[in-house]
Amino acid sequence: MIRPHRSHALWYAFILHRVAGIALALFLPVHFYMLALALTDPAQLDGFLAFTDLFIVKCAEFGLVFLLAVHMFGGLRLMALEFLPWSPRQKTFAASAVALAFFISTSFFLQAM
Amino acid sequence: MLNLHLYMAQRLTALIMVPLTIGHLAVMIYAVQDGLSVAEILARTQGSLAWFLFYGSFVVAVSIHAAIGMRVILFEWLGIKGAVLSAISWGLCLLLLGLGARAVWAVTFAGAGI
Repeated sequence: MIRPHRSHALWYAFILHRVAGIALALFLPVHFYMLALALTDPAQLDGFLAFTDLFIVKCAEFGLVFLLAVHMFGGLRLMALEFLPWSPRQKTFAASAVALAFFISTSFFLQAM
Repeated sequence: MLNLHLYMAQRLTALIMVPLTIGHLAVMIYAVQDGLSVAEILARTQGSLAWFLFYGSFVVAVSIHAAIGMRVILFEWLGIKGAVLSAISWGLCLLLLGLGARAVWAVTFAGAGI
């Protein structure tokens, strides 16, 4: 059963960003190792680059490029939420939350006195 | 699990990597035309200080960024914490830094006669 919070669009944005990040972190050591072959064993790297001409490998590369791009845009979305100035409506909501909490806690406090 | 320094380091490396990632995506789309070969890669990068600095800073930023990101995931999903979590995070950071630095060196200045 899919839990309710997991049908929310923002949850998909979160999980896509996280899964892309994990995949990229796992791919990077292999990527770096293969590139270093340019120095230690160029023939083996050329052999591997020829292997990347296969259609199925091109599809995997498409996936990796997609993951890199989607992780970057997901990160931009996250940082926009965290760092960009709030819109007037968001400020109103935030101020309302504090004001309502203050009202409720003051009501409690006055009754408790 | 994340202190303020790690949080800021994660955001700072992300911001540094935005232009680097756009550049890398553009280079990939350009370079992949007509296939890739060692000679073709080296012709572009060998002896180039610009590519050394571009990919060198990319490797430093991604090593820090990936290690902190995986640290959060290992804590949240696998419940790893404390010294073990720090050891894995540092291990991943140093692994990426070592392999990445070796790769950048291999395609820029190694064998360039410098």
